[in-house]
Amino acid sequence: MNKMTPTDPLASYVQQLRKKTIYVRITQVIIFLLFFGLWQLSSTERWIDPLLFSSPAKIVTLLYDKMIDGSLFSHIGMTLSETAIGFVLGTLFGTLLATLIWWFPFLARVLDPYLVILNAMPKVAVGPILIVALGPNITSIIAMGILISIIITTLVIHTAFQGVDENYVKVIRSFGGSKYQCFKEVILPACFPAIISSLKVNVGLSWVGVIVGEFLVSKEGLGYLIIYGFQVFNFTLVLMSLLVIAILATIMYKIVEVLEKKLIRHHH
Amino acid sequence: MAFLQLKDIGQTYYSKQAATTALEDITFSVAEGEFISFLGPSGCGKSTLLSIIAGLLSPTTGTVTLRGQHITKPHPKIGYMLQQDYLFPWKTIQENIMTGLKLQHQLTPERIEYTLALMKEIGLSDTLSLYPKALSGGMRQRVALVRTLATNPKLLLLDEPFSALDYQTKLKLEDLVSSTLKEHGKTAILVTHDIGEAIAMSDRIILFSTKPGRLFRSFSVTETLRRRLPFEARQHEDYSMMFQEIWEELEQIEQNDAD
Ligand SMILES: Nc1ncnc2c1ncn2[C@@H]1O[C@H](COP(=O)(O)OP(=O)(O)O)[C@@H](O)[C@H]1O
Ligand SMILES: [Mg+2]
Repeated sequence: MNKMTPTDPLASYVQQLRKKTIYVRITQVIIFLLFFGLWQLSSTERWIDPLLFSSPAKIVTLLYDKMIDGSLFSHIGMTLSETAIGFVLGTLFGTLLATLIWWFPFLARVLDPYLVILNAMPKVAVGPILIVALGPNITSIIAMGILISIIITTLVIHTAFQGVDENYVKVIRSFGGSKYQCFKEVILPACFPAIISSLKVNVGLSWVGVIVGEFLVSKEGLGYLIIYGFQVFNFTLVLMSLLVIAILATIMYKIVEVLEKKLIRHHH
Repeated sequence: MAFLQLKDIGQTYYSKQAATTALEDITFSVAEGEFISFLGPSGCGKSTLLSIIAGLLSPTTGTVTLRGQHITKPHPKIGYMLQQDYLFPWKTIQENIMTGLKLQHQLTPERIEYTLALMKEIGLSDTLSLYPKALSGGMRQRVALVRTLATNPKLLLLDEPFSALDYQTKLKLEDLVSSTLKEHGKTAILVTHDIGEAIAMSDRIILFSTKPGRLFRSFSVTETLRRRLPFEARQHEDYSMMFQEIWEELEQIEQNDAD
């Protein structure tokens, strides 16, 4: 038998867990430093073409300059509002459409093949048609952000609506509740988790829609900066925009995650 | 005129493959204040019949009348309680028990007070602000009972309300439900496949045969047992005798099934 040590087994277990977490963090930081360090090194040593691949130092410097002269913020503001409007409206319209076909099962059956086709289709391919229909402006970009998420939202939420335990509905019906009351008291709240999780997916999708939309039409925004940087061969600008997008998309996702925790903490 | 009257009730379920007759020729009546149990093997149509009485399902044939009034849709004087509590997890206990009143636009101070008094009666007043997941199975089923009673129904339909609970909780809840319903003068129909529960709780037991579900026999519970709470009734000698009798009848049903 081991030498008797007066350690609390729970405390030592917790300590072990903490230790593991620290190892994970350390490894993550090492990967981060290694990647950017190597990138910087190969750029200054000209192992890679600095004109094409830029370098972390140049990107950060450019980011700093653009923040100081304020020009970056109008681009961020533009893209951010397009994306936010896109994913909120995409989720909202998707949920409304799902409600409509839940309410009218006939409609659900009629629309089923169309929804499947629309869902399978690459939505960004419709971009040029949107521009022709709505004009080369912010409306087209937002429409792109909505279009890319609305169909999948409809399908996911409608499936969630149908998956609600019939017995909850039975409770409402036994009190004489109407179809509207069944929807409001049971179907919708029961599907809150599904709605929030499509919100999470739609954040990512709307970024795609909006950036592609900006590639096609805009004079402003992060997608515009990428395309502009590409055209004038300024890859530092391209990579800086990418960095900003990555940071903003993560923040947006985290906000939705916080919202999720708040809204559905009582669902099971 | 009978309080509740069922006449020639039949129910056939249709699917593409087949038509299944779940119920046939169900005729009987229930007097006000009576406690009836439906007893029978699973699949004999007990839940189906309860849904029909509740007005949730219209029967293929026959009629249900409550005090002479046809039941074709859910009626405010009929309360329905399911096998599991089905409390809404996203509502607090308080919101859960007020659900019926809210749906029937009856959220008056008197009705709210009455409901809160019921909560006190079953001993769960201190859980009002909690969410269902914080409660045990037995507590949740008690809350579900209050939710059903809140709208003050005259007839209570209970579909195997104790079957998801552990034995001890079930015995305690039988007493609580029995005394609560008696006290408030409710008429009740309990669906169960537990012979003991049927004897301990009811005034009359209706035995169903299967395929299709039909009335097989009806038993009156002795006065002695009726006066006792379910738990005490289970100790009485009449209980064992009756258990034996019903047991044999059920065996017979099974025998007929096998043929
Ligand atoms: N919605 C339904 N569609 C088709 N068949 C059903 C449906 N509900 C019940 N049944 C059938 O009717 C019979 C009686 O079911 P049920 O009323 O649930 O019996 P019990 O409650 O006595 O177990 C069973 O054979 C069951 O398969
Ligand atoms: Mg059943």
